[in-house]
Amino acid sequence: MTTIISIANLCKTYEGGHQALKQVNLDIQEGEILALLGPNGAGKTTMISVICGLVSPTSGTVTVGGFDIIENYRQTRSQIGLVPQELTLAAFDRVWDTLCFSRGLFGKRPDNAYLEQLLKDLSLWDKRNNELRTLSGGMRRRVLIAKALSHQPKILFLDEPTAGVDVELRKDMWRIVNRLRDSGVTIILTTHYIEEAEQIADRVGVINHGELLLVDDKVNLMQELGRKQLIIELKEPINNIPESMASYALELSDDGHELIFTYDTQGKNTGITALLQSMHAAGISMKDLNTTQSSLQDIFVNLVQAQR
Amino acid sequence: MNIQAVKVIYKYEMLRTWHTLFQSIASPVLSTALYFIVFGSAIGSRIQSVDGVTYGLFIVPGLMMLSILTQSVSNASFGIFFPKFTGTVYEVMSAPISFFEILLGYVGAAATKSLIIGTIILITASFFVELRIDHPIWMAMFLILTCVSFSLLGFIIGLWANNFEKLQVVPLLIITPLVFLGGTFYSVSMLPPVWQTVTLFNPVLYLVSGFRWSFFEVSDVNVGISLGVILLFLGICSGIVWWMFKTGYRLKQ
Ligand SMILES: Nc1ncnc2c1ncn2[C@@H]1O[C@H](COP(=O)(O)OP(=O)(O)OP(=O)(O)O)[C@@H](O)[C@H]1O
Ligand SMILES: [Mg+2]
Repeated sequence: MTTIISIANLCKTYEGGHQALKQVNLDIQEGEILALLGPNGAGKTTMISVICGLVSPTSGTVTVGGFDIIENYRQTRSQIGLVPQELTLAAFDRVWDTLCFSRGLFGKRPDNAYLEQLLKDLSLWDKRNNELRTLSGGMRRRVLIAKALSHQPKILFLDEPTAGVDVELRKDMWRIVNRLRDSGVTIILTTHYIEEAEQIADRVGVINHGELLLVDDKVNLMQELGRKQLIIELKEPINNIPESMASYALELSDDGHELIFTYDTQGKNTGITALLQSMHAAGISMKDLNTTQSSLQDIFVNLVQAQR
Repeated sequence: MNIQAVKVIYKYEMLRTWHTLFQSIASPVLSTALYFIVFGSAIGSRIQSVDGVTYGLFIVPGLMMLSILTQSVSNASFGIFFPKFTGTVYEVMSAPISFFEILLGYVGAAATKSLIIGTIILITASFFVELRIDHPIWMAMFLILTCVSFSLLGFIIGLWANNFEKLQVVPLLIITPLVFLGGTFYSVSMLPPVWQTVTLFNPVLYLVSGFRWSFFEVSDVNVGISLGVILLFLGICSGIVWWMFKTGYRLKQ
């Protein structure tokens, strides 16, 4: 794996004195899908804006494909496509014209065949002569995606691509994202929807208050940070947990039918064997066993709350 | 050099004009015709010739300047203000394009449009008076320099303005008085001495004077000084724009 974007000690303090990014360090791998999670105002858009050249960093460096984003902005920016969070489009432009404009801005010669295919992929072909103001919100979102892809970027930033988007378009979008990834495009997306990150991303980064709290493989993340619970269904309800089992992290369900054992998957000994033996010794017999794993949602909430 | 980007920005801006083509051509033609009817014929017939040139002919260069200056400023300022206002400027700012290329696109288009308007006015004028251009090359040079430098000024105003009011106020309160008081419709020598001195601080005077010289060899100030002043003005505007881009003024946080 090669690193395509490298962010080192990136800080951003806005004019008002608000520190939106605090010493962010992050390497993004070529060809991966990275999801950035974080509550409102966490600094996601700021980070993307710095990489794309819309916001000047206060300190720190960012390189894209080995080029510095300030000194070699031509090389870095020509590799990047950006779908902004806001639906910013010139109301009176036509779909086709705005696409040609975007492509040209990024220094590419006109390529009608490519743009035609792009519009077809995004189900916008029959709208190509429409003025943008006549399109619905979801269609405008697609136009923004088409604009970002119009110059065949190697890196695509999607800043909350699914805000205000219906299920159908969301599916379309993930289909497109997957296809892009297959063709080698690196994708960085921000989202508030954790299920989304869970479904689509290879790696997940969590930002809060301008700090990158963690970045990890989605699978690792869920394994390492995810706590598992063993739910033991009892044959006969009990009133309280026996003294002999007090040392385990056990909870008794209200109706006394279930024992819930929370354990850390990272630990060498989960303690399950010992627990089951203790149960046997205490004469408690079980009917069924069940395990659940905390979702990314829980992980996220835990992280963000711990930082407060 | 990102030629494609310059091309699309230029084309985009010209297309904007194209959409309002009727308005773009009709308004200068109409206003020029009106000026000729009112000043050239009605009033002008009672005004003796100025420096040996009939009054109708005398006001042609000034009329051209009047339109070119206001059109350059309003066009160029709107061209950059609007994307900034709607937020679509993000795309230009994130593109692999230098500030010089952005300028070339936006200011180039605004200047082209002014040039076209100037030509239209000249053609319209030829229906009312018998035109005389003694130094066509100087004329063209003054015309182009004025279009470019005032488009630059417009661009600066468009970048600086953060609301519609500011966008309108500068052309209305500064450009228009400067143009009217800059000898558009009269020779400075017609003014009382005190006002003659005051007028010398008006940069537009030098433009109109130099431009008029290229038509009839009649001028209020030496043509060399006129050229110097407009080049200085161009230099100052370029400097301001350069500083604005360097610091990301009103474009980048
Ligand atoms: N132009 C600006 N000037 C001053 N402060 C700003 C500016 N833009 C953003 N901020 C502040 O920086 C912080 C981070 O904002 P940012 O837009 O990066 O958050 P975000 O993670 O994208 O949030 P959201 O999920 O709401 O889009 C916020 O506190 C915001 O108020
Ligand atoms: Mg955001």
